[in-house]
Amino acid sequence: MGIIGHIGQYFHLLKETFSRPERFRVYWSRTLEEMDLLGIKSIGIVALLSFFMGAVITIQTKTNIDSPLIQAWVVGFATRQSTILEFSPTIIALILAGKVGSNIAAEIGSMRVKEQIDALDIMGVNSAGFLILPKIVASMFMNPFLVMVSMFLSIFGGYVAGTGTGIISATDYLQGIQTGFIPYHITYALIKTVVFAFIIATVSAYQGYYTIGGTREVGISSTKAVVYSNVVILIANYALTQFLLV
Amino acid sequence: MIEVKGLSKRFGTVQILTDISAVFETGKVNQIIGKSGSGKSVLAKCMVGLHVPEQGKVLYENRSFYDMDRDQKTEIRQEIGMLFQGSALFDSLTVFQNVMFPLQMFSHKSKSEMEDRAHSCLKRVNILDKDRLFPAELSGGMQKRVGIARAIAMNPKYLFCDEPNSGLDPQTSILIDELIKEITEEFKTTTIVITHDMNSVVETGENIIFIHKGQKWWQGTGDELLNNDNKELNEFIFAGGLMRRIKRSLKN
Repeated sequence: MGIIGHIGQYFHLLKETFSRPERFRVYWSRTLEEMDLLGIKSIGIVALLSFFMGAVITIQTKTNIDSPLIQAWVVGFATRQSTILEFSPTIIALILAGKVGSNIAAEIGSMRVKEQIDALDIMGVNSAGFLILPKIVASMFMNPFLVMVSMFLSIFGGYVAGTGTGIISATDYLQGIQTGFIPYHITYALIKTVVFAFIIATVSAYQGYYTIGGTREVGISSTKAVVYSNVVILIANYALTQFLLV
Repeated sequence: MIEVKGLSKRFGTVQILTDISAVFETGKVNQIIGKSGSGKSVLAKCMVGLHVPEQGKVLYENRSFYDMDRDQKTEIRQEIGMLFQGSALFDSLTVFQNVMFPLQMFSHKSKSEMEDRAHSCLKRVNILDKDRLFPAELSGGMQKRVGIARAIAMNPKYLFCDEPNSGLDPQTSILIDELIKEITEEFKTTTIVITHDMNSVVETGENIIFIHKGQKWWQGTGDELLNNDNKELNEFIFAGGLMRRIKRSLKN
């Protein structure tokens, strides 16, 4: 199938996914489970990555702009701007595409090859809606929280690294992270996060849902889910930045 | 009763089924037999709507499945139970939760009534004591039993069983065959069994359809099966050593 065929099939799957749920109560309980699996269980990796990402941004910024003409607080400013505008929403989305996206594709792909999706269809359950919609809702709801945690920990990581190694004083860092703050940048980051969450959930689910074959093909679907999610996220990142910031 | 009229199906350029017409009777174990790759599973999947045929009709009590809208198809599907070759139990749910699943999705009963129904289905297939286990903790035969319990949870009018004996030892196969036959008689279901297990065919087949190269080659009862003069059917039936011995002893 060509790329146009895949795009058509992707939108057809979305139409099926958003059709009327059979039992709202069952969908809601599945959504809560997915929030735990896709969101809460990702906090650890997001926290670890964000803390060290912030620490590295601070040290890199300081070593690259070490000039008497540039004020010390600029390091804090650069850490905050990099974190809020790009690192937390985009890098965390790419990491989640690897962790959550492969999980979604493998789970749905395994269900496909074990005929469990056929079993749902024969019962009269809308398998696309039942399996995919809770994942989309959970991701779009939880990822903004993960990104906010990431923003905080990244800036905190920069503080710990900067003051701990003595390359910047606490006063300068705190002044930097407060200087020229534009609240809209948080809104921009959260809009991007929600869009990226939708991309991760739907592209990965698409790869899993149309898996044909056996366990080897489930592995291939998981890999494709990560690669295609990343590509689409990067394209969407450019488009959203152009649309929302310029 | 299920009636198939002039059903044809192809995948790409490969013709899988050609102009199949057959009647599957209520209260009987109807069997679709044939070699691997003959198209019998595709026929069953066309009948339940998992594959869409290029031509032909599938009538459930004269209601044409492929002329129905989405809601009507959903209603019909709630009258269908299916036992899959690999059981297709949901891995993340316990045995009890697997049987509860269709009830939670579609039944309008209270929670306690649904639980009673799930327990009675598990009791019917003699696996009530395993209700807290996960599918991975069960043997193949037990998984088939749970699959049957889930298939009958909604009191189906139509029961499809795709190779219910595959991967099972002969004794367990006989138990599963007997269970399917008992359930068919007890619930007056129209049961369709896809199989190439000749022991199962001889033991439980009441209305047998032989598919060869995607076409309906022969149809008859279990008694007629062993005394037919169809070359391809006889080659299929008497391919195994045991069946050849039975044929010799019948002749003698």
